Amino acid sequence: MAKVYISSVISASAGQVWGVVRDFNGLPKWTPFVAESRIEQSQPADKIGCVRNFTLKDGGRIRERLLALSDYDFTMVYSILESPMGVENYVATLKLIPITDGDQCFAEWGAEFDCAASREQELIGHIGRNVFLAAFQSLKGRFGS
Amino acid sequence: MTIRLMRSGVIDAPAETVWHLLRDFNSHDAWHPAIDTSHIEADEAGDQVGAVRAFTLKDGGFLREQLIALSDRDMSLSYCLLDSPIPLHGYVARVHLRPVTDGNRCFLIWESSFAPPPERAAELTRLVAENIYEAGIAVLQARFSLSVVSDLRNTPSSGSVERRSPLQADTSLPRPSIVSSGASLSAAAIMVEQYGGPEVLQSVSVVVPPPAPGEVRLRQTAIGVNFIDIYCRRGDFNLLQLPGIPGMEATGVVLDVGEGVTNIGVGDRVAYAGSPIGAYASIRNVPADLVVHLPPDIDDRTVAACYLKGVTVDFLLQDMHPLKGGETILLRAAAGGLGLILSQAAKIAGATIIGVVSSDAKAIAARQAGCDHVVVQDRHDQGALLRQVLAFTGGKGVDVVFDGGGGATFAESLDCLALRGHLISLGQASGPIGPRDIDQLVVKSVTLSRPNFAHYNQDWQTRQTRAGRLFSLLRQGRVTSRLAEAFPLQAAAEAHRGLENRGNIGAYLLLP
Repeated sequence: MAKVYISSVISASAGQVWGVVRDFNGLPKWTPFVAESRIEQSQPADKIGCVRNFTLKDGGRIRERLLALSDYDFTMVYSILESPMGVENYVATLKLIPITDGDQCFAEWGAEFDCAASREQELIGHIGRNVFLAAFQSLKGRFGS
Repeated sequence: MTIRLMRSGVIDAPAETVWHLLRDFNSHDAWHPAIDTSHIEADEAGDQVGAVRAFTLKDGGFLREQLIALSDRDMSLSYCLLDSPIPLHGYVARVHLRPVTDGNRCFLIWESSFAPPPERAAELTRLVAENIYEAGIAVLQARFSLSVVSDLRNTPSSGSVERRSPLQADTSLPRPSIVSSGASLSAAAIMVEQYGGPEVLQSVSVVVPPPAPGEVRLRQTAIGVNFIDIYCRRGDFNLLQLPGIPGMEATGVVLDVGEGVTNIGVGDRVAYAGSPIGAYASIRNVPADLVVHLPPDIDDRTVAACYLKGVTVDFLLQDMHPLKGGETILLRAAAGGLGLILSQAAKIAGATIIGVVSSDAKAIAARQAGCDHVVVQDRHDQGALLRQVLAFTGGKGVDVVFDGGGGATFAESLDCLALRGHLISLGQASGPIGPRDIDQLVVKSVTLSRPNFAHYNQDWQTRQTRAGRLFSLLRQGRVTSRLAEAFPLQAAAEAHRGLENRGNIGAYLLLP
């Protein structure tokens, strides 16, 4: 099983950042790589089990299921149902933790998945750099850090 | 009512470096400002789940806490409170570290839950949050503030993807290098440009290059002040080349290591004593084979106040004059940094000790350290010391004299010796001994020793052995390290004046 983990410090409170990222249908609003997104079967975006169906700017389509959402822990867990990446058993966790000695928060995003051994390095690099880190940097820019 | 509390902060050092310090459940007295002393009960290890640490706070409170979980994979430890002077019922806390992957930093989270009496909830929550968590995090941030150097900070954040996850340490990839950084660091130091009095000790800023092969670079935590530092400053024996930084010993934390250094890692707590001279600095390089690791249960200042002195006592009593038991010794400066340790060690070896001091307050300290007789020396009464020594020894004189006085005390020390006595001349506080007539020694078949610290500490194995014996005595409480006063590094001249005026009971430290 491959694992990828990215973390960063964002110059805004965990509550403020959570207000942006907790929307499971909100990727087009804060990531640089998602063109459009909808929740299947018109379910609310914070209903556990709902599926987001989104299109990447490069044309790829991804379906992901919300597995857990905690406003108390600022945590979201989801799995990939379909994607062009060739991954299986993909489960990702996005989590914010307040930094109490300043108006900042710690953000971490990790995933575990199975894939062909020959593609593991490439996928870890791609997901870490082009997805998680790129999204965090966009988020940091939004909050001026 | 159950309180849930969390405090967190970013620390400018790799998570592994900080975790190396925190994972020892008994290390908190080495870094947390509220903790005075701590030990693990029943001699268990600091990473033994179930171990109990018993510790006192600086304000005197006594607590016991038990380690209930430790995970290197998650860089997390949990503990609960067993005994406490304040009612924090059901207190369970967790400290964990997360790497910040788009820099070379880490994030520390300290959280707990507990149930205080409702009327004291606000007060006790604030106490734990501020005095324990916030104060501890602030100290860690300061302690590691120099351990991430500029070139690491400048690494483009988008340039690398960190694969390591706190959920699982991945051993298939090389760990990121946290050794030699390649950057020079600026440091505070005390420089001597010309020999002279305490006023020649000048506060300067110096640049410390990365460690050369075989060296380690230390951020020093406490610097021991010794009489040899005064010899260096005065120009005795040309010990110190000018311009030069004096200082023979310190404790510190390893910032980075040079090529070929395998037994010492970044973040290790160490001590050293001996040449090369240059300890009066906040950061410096030293040969790796000069340093010894500090035990987690002994704090830096305790060691800095007694390391060179304790190792000196070790070679004096292990090699130069092993006491046979039943011998009588004369110990000058018995309440100084060296004297107090030598007195305690000689007492363990069964000697009868006559201590010489300069004040009544020092006489009390010398007696506490094991002196059987104490003479408060009156400089105006020549011959008084000899009369008292002869009185205490039934007219025979003493078997050994330990004399750091030099020129002014040499003749008198010889006079105090018994037949076949041993004069160990340890120093020259009053000035050089100068030319003497060695034919005089035959009058009582006297043995004269003039040891040099370096010659009794020439190799790595010897240093480890001597340090091990000293730390063991400290841990057992059979020898205690007494701190007279700690000065800021910039006030080194003040420490020298105090030492030269014989104002100290115990040792002086400089704090960078």
